[in-house]
Formats: sequence, structure tokens, C-alpha cells
Amino acid sequence: MPAILSIRDLRKSYANAFEALKGVNLDIEEGEILALLGPNGAGKTTLISTVCGIITPTSGTVTVGGHDIIEDFRAARSLIGLVPQEINLEPFETVWNTVRFSRGLFGKSRNDALLEDILRKLSLWDKRNNKIMELSGGMKRRVLIAKALSHEPRVLFLDEPTAGVDVELRKDMWNIVAELKASGVTIILTTHYIEEAESIADRVGVIADGQLLLVEQKDQLMTRMGKKQLEVQLTTPVAVLPDALAHHDLQLVNGGDALIYTYDTRGERTGITALLNDVAQAGLVLADVQTRQSSLEDIFVDLVSGDAS
Amino acid sequence: MNWTAVASIYRFEMARFFRTLTQSFLSPVMSTSLYFVVFGAAIGSRIDQVEGIDYGAFIVPGLIMLSVMTQAISNASFGIYFPKFIGTIYELLSAPINFLEIVLGYVGAAATKALFIGVVILATASLFVDLTIAHPFAMVLFLLLTCLSFALLGFIIGIWAGNFEQLQLVPLMIVTPLVFLGGSFYSISMLPPIWQKITLFNPVVYLISGFRWAFFDTADVPVGLSLLAIGGFTTLCLAVIWWIFKTGWRIRS
Repeated sequence: MPAILSIRDLRKSYANAFEALKGVNLDIEEGEILALLGPNGAGKTTLISTVCGIITPTSGTVTVGGHDIIEDFRAARSLIGLVPQEINLEPFETVWNTVRFSRGLFGKSRNDALLEDILRKLSLWDKRNNKIMELSGGMKRRVLIAKALSHEPRVLFLDEPTAGVDVELRKDMWNIVAELKASGVTIILTTHYIEEAESIADRVGVIADGQLLLVEQKDQLMTRMGKKQLEVQLTTPVAVLPDALAHHDLQLVNGGDALIYTYDTRGERTGITALLNDVAQAGLVLADVQTRQSSLEDIFVDLVSGDAS
Repeated sequence: MNWTAVASIYRFEMARFFRTLTQSFLSPVMSTSLYFVVFGAAIGSRIDQVEGIDYGAFIVPGLIMLSVMTQAISNASFGIYFPKFIGTIYELLSAPINFLEIVLGYVGAAATKALFIGVVILATASLFVDLTIAHPFAMVLFLLLTCLSFALLGFIIGIWAGNFEQLQLVPLMIVTPLVFLGGSFYSISMLPPIWQKITLFNPVVYLISGFRWAFFDTADVPVGLSLLAIGGFTTLCLAVIWWIFKTGWRIRS
């Protein structure tokens, strides 16, 4: 399937020589959800802003639906919706007029039924005649989402959409994202909530220092880079690790109450059988055994701190 | 052309105007009435006539120009500066529209507001003095061109301004003095010879002179020159705006 968004060697340098993007390459397939993770200042917003036309790239090419974002900007931009990180709204205007303005700005003819549907889904219908300045922070963020959806984008950028919003809105957001995905909309979201990426993304991209460190299917990434830990709880605590267990990669924790064994799921042998045999031979009695898999957050922290293998 | 987008910007900007309609309407009526009380009745009764025209009527074109120019500038500059200030400009920059469509929307709305003010002042003035318009079509043409060209200038100021003080700077420090010294309330033939020559470097002289000609068939400078001046000024503003959008100066990093 051809990529709906294709980024080739995208670079952005500023007059003070700061290089915000250092040759980013990325292909996004139609209908997928890509979560872009990265620490503050990694280049996430710069990347999104460049694709959307807010920042002019220094070099490189970007095509949306096969349309170059500079040569054929009208066709490219008409496919894109953007929910920015900052709450930027005209305070004195009503919700309805603000959303209607966005639709018109993208050249779409008036469609009140569609706007009503969007506002109802975002629980904004009752507030449609309220001025933006009368709304709470969470409501304003909903308006931003409504504005982006008002012109029926095929590619939707959500830049930190759930930063600082309540649980209810986050749940609504996820439902809307799922609904949009079902209708074939491609979604690129940046987030600090890694559990958000873990639960809704198809693929995960990690960006740091203006470079895309990796883009991978979320499940593959977690299998490939995920580590597992086996925790063995003992009936009787031990002060030191018995010599018979010294060659295993073990940690004694909880005041000698438990042993932690870290193993790699990629390995041909996990070493669990040998460990449990050695534990029995050392005369230790097991109270309980449990395993724990590293989260996307652990993988992300490993990647951006340069520990990835 | 994305006419739907142009109409959307225009409608959105006009909504701001209609939200404060009472203020938009009463303010020019009040200030015009005050000008007539001071210049028309108090001082004008002693001046009698200028170039064969009652002084009260003589100042009408200049009075309209003064308000139209300042209103066109302030509306257009605020119109584009406000989205920059509150950050909503991201939507304009990411929408499938080009610079001409953005300018048409913002400048069109600002020019309409200025035109409305001009018409209100003309109507108010006609309550105080007897007015006959010698060249009605030329009067409308000059009024429209002034609304348009000064709204374009206002748009440039709005893009340039980095804060609200700068937004006020050009209208207050440059435009208002030029309008006052451009023959709004006097004929330049009333000045000493040396000042008559110096004042010809003031572009506003040509606009007020042309506009006054449309009313009274008498002008300080040839009417063709007035049209050329306003045409040249409009072209210059358009060229600057084209350059701003081509380079992204102060709007796109």
C-alpha cells in the first residue's frame, strides 16, 4: 500500500544554527495510528509543524497523498487536520462560529449536520453558543479537536492532545481516535503518556535530538526490546545468595525475601529451567513465582538514554 | 482561488465589527459632531469661506479621509495581529490558502468597516452642512481606493508589529500627522510658498485633494496626479505584502 505521508531527509535549521530536524525519513500508511514519542525539545512539534506548512523546511521533501507540501500545497494541506499543543483560540467568538470558520477556511461548503455531529461527539453541542473565553481548559481542547475534524481530514495530527486534560476527555479522545481509524483516517499523535501510545498506536516512532531513532510496529518493538523479569519469592529469607546460584544473573531483594532474575525474550534459552533446578538444589523453598514484562516506557527510556542494544 | 476561505475570513472579521456595532457606529458620529461644533460653528463662523466654499462644508472630505484612513489601518492591523498574538495564525498557515486569499479576507473586511465609517460620517456631516457632490462616481472611487490602500498598509503594520505598542506607533506617529498636515482642514494655497512646496512630499495631500475635487470640483493638485498617487500607493503595499508571504517574514519560521 502506498504511503499517505512520506517524509524524505527532512531538515530544519534556524538562523542561530540550531538544527531541529536532522534528516528525518518516515513513511506512514493510510489508516494507521503512529505514536511519536520523544523528550521535550526532541523535534516532535517541529516535524508536525513542517508537514502542516507552519514551518518552512530547510531541505528535504514531504508528500501527503502524493502531493508535495510546497509545490502542491493546496491539495496536500486539504488532507490534513491539526490539533496543536497550545490552546490557541479566538476568545470572544462562539464555539459554533469558530468551528464553522475552520471548515470554511479549508474550502469546504457549509455542512451544519456534520458540525453538529462532531460537537455532540465531543460533548460540545450544549456549549455551541458560548464564547470560547467562557469554557474550561478541557472544553477548549475539545474545541481544537472539533476545529480539526470540521474539514474532514484524511490525515490527523494530534500534538499532545491529552496533555493536562481530565480522564473523561482522555477516554472520549481515545473513542474518537478509534472511530476515526475505523473510517480510514490516518492519525499521528505525539504524547508524553506512554500508556496512551501503548494502548492505541499501531506503530511507535521514537524521536530524540531531531532524529528518528526508530519506527516499529508496537507489538514487535515490545517483543524485540522488551525484557522480562522473573520474581521468585522464598518461604524463608536468605542473607546472602548461595554459591550454587552465583553464576545466574540474580538480585536478592526485599531483605532476602525474593530473587529477581532478568532474562531476554529474544534469547534461544531463557535459563529459567536451569535456575529453578539450581534454586531447588540450593535448598531454597519457593513461596510464589511471577513474571513481569517491561513497558513501552522502559523501552523508550532505554532508547533515548542510548542504552538500546 | 479558494473563495469559500476568503468568505470565511471576511465573515469572521466582520463578526468582530458587528459585536461592537454600537461602539463602531456611535464613535464616528460623536467625533464628527464635535468637529462640526468646534470647526464648523465656533471657528468656522469666523473663517467664512475657503476657495469659495463654506468652511463647514470644506472640511467634510478631509474629515472623512481622516477617519477612513485611521479606521482602515487600525482594523486591518488588529485583524492580522490578533491571530498572531493569540496563536490562532497556525490555522491560516496550515490551511489550503495562498497569500492573496488571506489578504482579500482581512483587507476586504477592514476596508468594508472603514467604508461604513466613511458613509456614517458623510451622513452625519450632511445634517450640519449643505453638501452637493460634484463628481459622485469619482467620490466613491476615491473613497474605495483609500479604504483599500490604507487597509493594505494596516495589514503590513499588523504583520510587522511585535506588540500592541508597535501596532499603535505608525498610525499615531506617522499617519495622523500626515493627515492633519495634508490639508484636511485647510487648502494648501493658504500656506506660505515654501510650505506649499514641502507639503507636496506628503502623499496624503494627493488623496485629500482628489477627494475634495470629487465634492467641490476644486483641487490643490491635478486630479490625475491624485489617482496616480493612490494607485501607486496601493501597488506598493501589494508588492510588500507579496514579499512578506513569499519570504514568510514575521509569520512563518
